[in-house]
Amino acid sequence: MAIEVRIPTILRPYTDGDKVVEGNGATLAALIDDLDSRHVGLRDRLVEDGALRRFVNVYLNDEDVRFLGGIDTALSDGDSVTILPAVAGG
Amino acid sequence: MLEISADLLDAVIAHARADHPDEACGVIAGPEGADTPTRFIPMVNAARSPTFYEFDSRDLLALYRDMDDREEEPVVIYHSHTATEAYPSRTDIVYASEPHAHYLLVSTRECGNGDGPVEVRSFRIVDGAVTEEPVVVTSADAPIGDAP
Repeated sequence: MAIEVRIPTILRPYTDGDKVVEGNGATLAALIDDLDSRHVGLRDRLVEDGALRRFVNVYLNDEDVRFLGGIDTALSDGDSVTILPAVAGG
Repeated sequence: MLEISADLLDAVIAHARADHPDEACGVIAGPEGADTPTRFIPMVNAARSPTFYEFDSRDLLALYRDMDDREEEPVVIYHSHTATEAYPSRTDIVYASEPHAHYLLVSTRECGNGDGPVEVRSFRIVDGAVTEEPVVVTSADAPIGDAP
């Protein structure tokens, strides 16, 4: 079984328009590496200097991973990951 | 062009006046692909700031799940500027992440919390490029698509 990943509109050019893709990884970082191997460029939109970008929110099931282990958050088969860019500005 | 009903636009302006001097923010959702704003969703500005706005991260997830369930998308993303004109700031442009949305800006610098004049302008923000568009206000009593 794999991990389901929900992709926001702005990143769907990397997934051929797919809203939901599947991936594998024991941690969020490993999952992002796995996704980037098939959807090249996705990692750079999510990660900067080894950490999640400030204005990209990633949720494991219902929880913002910032309140879990950030990019090192452990994942299990059957988990659902949702990526949402922050809605923010000045 | 943004077509928006008078009652929805009034709701956005009322929110901006009420939250002045902090920035107000929210979404007007509409059916996917229709480009018609129909459901007004005021959001909490988690930054509670006169110079910055950000949806709370849990509220953001709940909002997008709800829109998904209803087969909606964020047709309008609005926020206010409380001391400057209704034009996207550098941060607005950097963080704009909905290429299909109309970014609606309201300036309350003249009216504050009162009934004075407000400035309302709408923009597309795609890949760092800002394009202003006309705002066409439709009568609250005659929704788009209704025969006269």
